[in-house]
Amino acid sequence: MTVQQLIDSSGFSPVNAGGDARDRAISGVYCCDLLSIAMGHAPADCAWVTVMANMNTLAVAALADVACVVLAEGAALDDASAEKAKLQGITVLSTDLPVFDAALRVHTMLR
Amino acid sequence: MNDRIVLTYHVSPEDFTRAGEASSDVKNKLKQMGVSPSAVRKVAIAMYEGEINMVIHANGGDITVEITPEKIVMILKDVGPGIADVEKAMQEGYSTAPDHVRSLGFGAGMGLPNMKNYTDDIQIDTKLGVGTTVTMTINL
Repeated sequence: MTVQQLIDSSGFSPVNAGGDARDRAISGVYCCDLLSIAMGHAPADCAWVTVMANMNTLAVAALADVACVVLAEGAALDDASAEKAKLQGITVLSTDLPVFDAALRVHTMLR
Repeated sequence: MNDRIVLTYHVSPEDFTRAGEASSDVKNKLKQMGVSPSAVRKVAIAMYEGEINMVIHANGGDITVEITPEKIVMILKDVGPGIADVEKAMQEGYSTAPDHVRSLGFGAGMGLPNMKNYTDDIQIDTKLGVGTTVTMTINL
């Protein structure tokens, strides 16, 4: 499944759709809110589900090469962070679902 | 690739919104140079952790990245407080990060362990009250 297909079919709201990144195939789902753990363990090309919504989330997403970020529990980026997501072409989606349910939805779509 | 490329960056103290800019820049440059994605990812992760450590603990500092066809060497130098117990600091889960930093999602005690895990060699030269120089090497 590509990032674009996740955007189209997940029901999650796109905060930033991301540029070329939308063609990327999603390799799996990863959940964690502690950034250094996510940094060290999030697999490249995964959909990363977290409630940590700040500038540093985006830095980790870009550096660890995740395919997209899913903000769960209604977590929201502030304006400056949303702008950074746009500038860096990082796909960010948001949902009111809890972390597990959001991850399960992505996982189910991947199967 | 040229034989040797040197990149230098200054890391601002206590500026969490800009932390990661140096690592992102290195990542993009390495990609353009055609360095393998797995090596680029290792450099990005190790350097970002170092950059964040400088922001959290050391009032910023300076980073030099040397790129040759054989290896990438990152030298992170600060004039911060130094690391009291390097062995402890290398343990997963050990952290001295303050609460306001933890609320941003840091302070999991994974910084130095990640830097060790994602590099082929790490040397930490630290002196209390003087500063710390971390030298990380990734072989290509």
